[in-house]
Amino acid sequence: MKQVLENIENQFEMFQVLDENGKVVNKNDLPDLSDDELKELMRRMVYTRILDQRSIALNRQGRLGFYAPTAGQEASQLGSQFALEQDDFILPGYRDVPQLIWQGLPLYQAFLFSKGHFHGNQYPDEVRALSPQIIIGAQYVQTAGVALGLKKRGKKNVAITYTGDGGTSQGDFYEGINNAGAYKAPAIFVVQNNRFAISVPVEKQTNAKTLAQKAVAAGIEGIQVDGMDVLAVYAATKFARERAVAGEGPTLIETLTYRFGPHTMSGDDPTRYRTEELDKEWEQKDPLVRFRKYLEGKKLWSEEDENKVIEEAKEDIKKAIKQAEQQPKQKVTDLINHMYEELPTHLQEQKEIYEAKESK
Amino acid sequence: MAQMTMIQAITDAMRVELKNDENVLVFGEDVGQNGGVFRATEGLQDEFGEDRVFDTPLAESGIGGLAIGLAMEGFRPVPEIQFFGFVYEVMDSISGQMARLRYRSGGHYNAPITVRAPFGGGVHTPELHADSLEGLIAQQPGVKVVIPSTPYEAKGLLISAIRDNDPVVFLEHMKLYRSFRGEVPEDAYTVEIGKADVKREGSDVTLLAYGAMVHSSLKAAEELEKDGISAEVIDLRTVSPVDYETILKSVKKTNRVVFVQEAQRQAGIAGQVISEVQERAILHLEAPILRVTAPDTVYAFSDAEEVWLPDHKDIVERVNEVINF
Repeated sequence: MKQVLENIENQFEMFQVLDENGKVVNKNDLPDLSDDELKELMRRMVYTRILDQRSIALNRQGRLGFYAPTAGQEASQLGSQFALEQDDFILPGYRDVPQLIWQGLPLYQAFLFSKGHFHGNQYPDEVRALSPQIIIGAQYVQTAGVALGLKKRGKKNVAITYTGDGGTSQGDFYEGINNAGAYKAPAIFVVQNNRFAISVPVEKQTNAKTLAQKAVAAGIEGIQVDGMDVLAVYAATKFARERAVAGEGPTLIETLTYRFGPHTMSGDDPTRYRTEELDKEWEQKDPLVRFRKYLEGKKLWSEEDENKVIEEAKEDIKKAIKQAEQQPKQKVTDLINHMYEELPTHLQEQKEIYEAKESK
Repeated sequence: MAQMTMIQAITDAMRVELKNDENVLVFGEDVGQNGGVFRATEGLQDEFGEDRVFDTPLAESGIGGLAIGLAMEGFRPVPEIQFFGFVYEVMDSISGQMARLRYRSGGHYNAPITVRAPFGGGVHTPELHADSLEGLIAQQPGVKVVIPSTPYEAKGLLISAIRDNDPVVFLEHMKLYRSFRGEVPEDAYTVEIGKADVKREGSDVTLLAYGAMVHSSLKAAEELEKDGISAEVIDLRTVSPVDYETILKSVKKTNRVVFVQEAQRQAGIAGQVISEVQERAILHLEAPILRVTAPDTVYAFSDAEEVWLPDHKDIVERVNEVINF
């Protein structure tokens, strides 16, 4: 009898470019990004951190609704999005609003999604994406379908999707990566392993040492990346994208990351299941700190640059929340109108009833 | 015109639409080279190629996800679920996802998907093949549910379903696949979704039925005629949304109604339809609306189908109760 578990685990060593001090530890894999692109990456990470802080505050004031904090995951979310082209298709989970924003979703629409307004999900044509998926795993089986569609159309694009560590336990997670593998479809499956699914630590999800090794079950490529290292996440996604558009099939990328905040703003209290030591340990790995050091070393970033971004973000957020609050209120007739191309008789009847109510 | 069985009419509808619209894709477990476990897709892969008609891994949820994703790229997917008892694996993709896509995107996206699946009893299938689960999907806003009972309607309704820009679940009763032939035009034609059909005119009682129960109702109507009772038989054809206009017109004429379904009494769609009819026509009713259904047990072990499934005798009995109320 041959024992293979250790051999498999050894195949999934963490891929890293920058260490915690912002030093390049892996020159060979340093992605080819211009100074402007590097600065843009930093700008987006700082902006998104502020967006998270402001979203939490706006949620507490009751000006936003459902919100899943993103602080800590900027490298994982934005490094991967930065590797995409405009015509790539994103299937986000509920925590993946930042990727949509940087793909072009207007901020006020992201706020309307949070508040629960249909206009938040009426995406501009150039943002090829579905709205954040609430059913964990569903975005994975759908991604296999989008990717197969791209392949059939002969497009040089990919479908990218995101789930968390807990999501890897779902059946749809396996079916999604397996289907994409069977069709050699151009899909990128990202697992953002922030170590907790609400209160359940990743060790209670599976006995597997890495989540990246789950790619083996689908016979596809798997990479474990330092999810606090934006250059490593970018490089891994770029690599997966190039493989995909070259017809080599899907890749599963596990990003090791952390959420500094609660699971969502709907009453979750992380002090019930997380220790202060663990929080501190991960704060040392803050993706912003590390990348800031790297850019400062290259004389590409200053406090002044950072403050400019912070002010810009706060200003944009103020405008966007105002615009969201000015959106006309939803009517039942709006909801009825979006059900079918042609309304069946029973909905026509109900529409008339609500039209009468609404005109009072 | 050609004489076709229902399964041939279904194959023909897919052939017509594969030819008519290059976005139509047919896929599922064994639908490719094998031509489907019931031969519903026989010859389609040879004619249209593996790019249009293809097999999938054995995973219903994955099939639903493929359909939704392909729709995002402008395709018109026609996936097959091998037996509708397996729908539980793909409930989220159908009811949780494709049914909601147009609404959740505020009309930005839509899901022109037709999910085909066989169901229905009387052919001694193993467990969870024959269950009537149309009631589950009929409760979901955003998806239509179509159940044909003749070869002519199967072809016309399937073409309509494929051309519909919203999701349709198209349920094919296994007992009706090859039990008789009917006239089917060779070219494309459509039968409107959401419209019932009066299969037999009558004046004393309205029998509302769908699927195999349409034929049981017609048989019951013949027997009732011998006793001087004239039964009107309405084939709903679409169980969501239901054509109340046709139903109410008949009820106002006959003033008596029996609802006939193969599903258990607590399942199917009888409860919903009867409730609507009494709200809209109580003053036209001479008797309560009664139901013919299967008993509220799990679907019968195959050897017990004969005593368990409702048949024309049950219908005659119920009609007599309504007439003599």
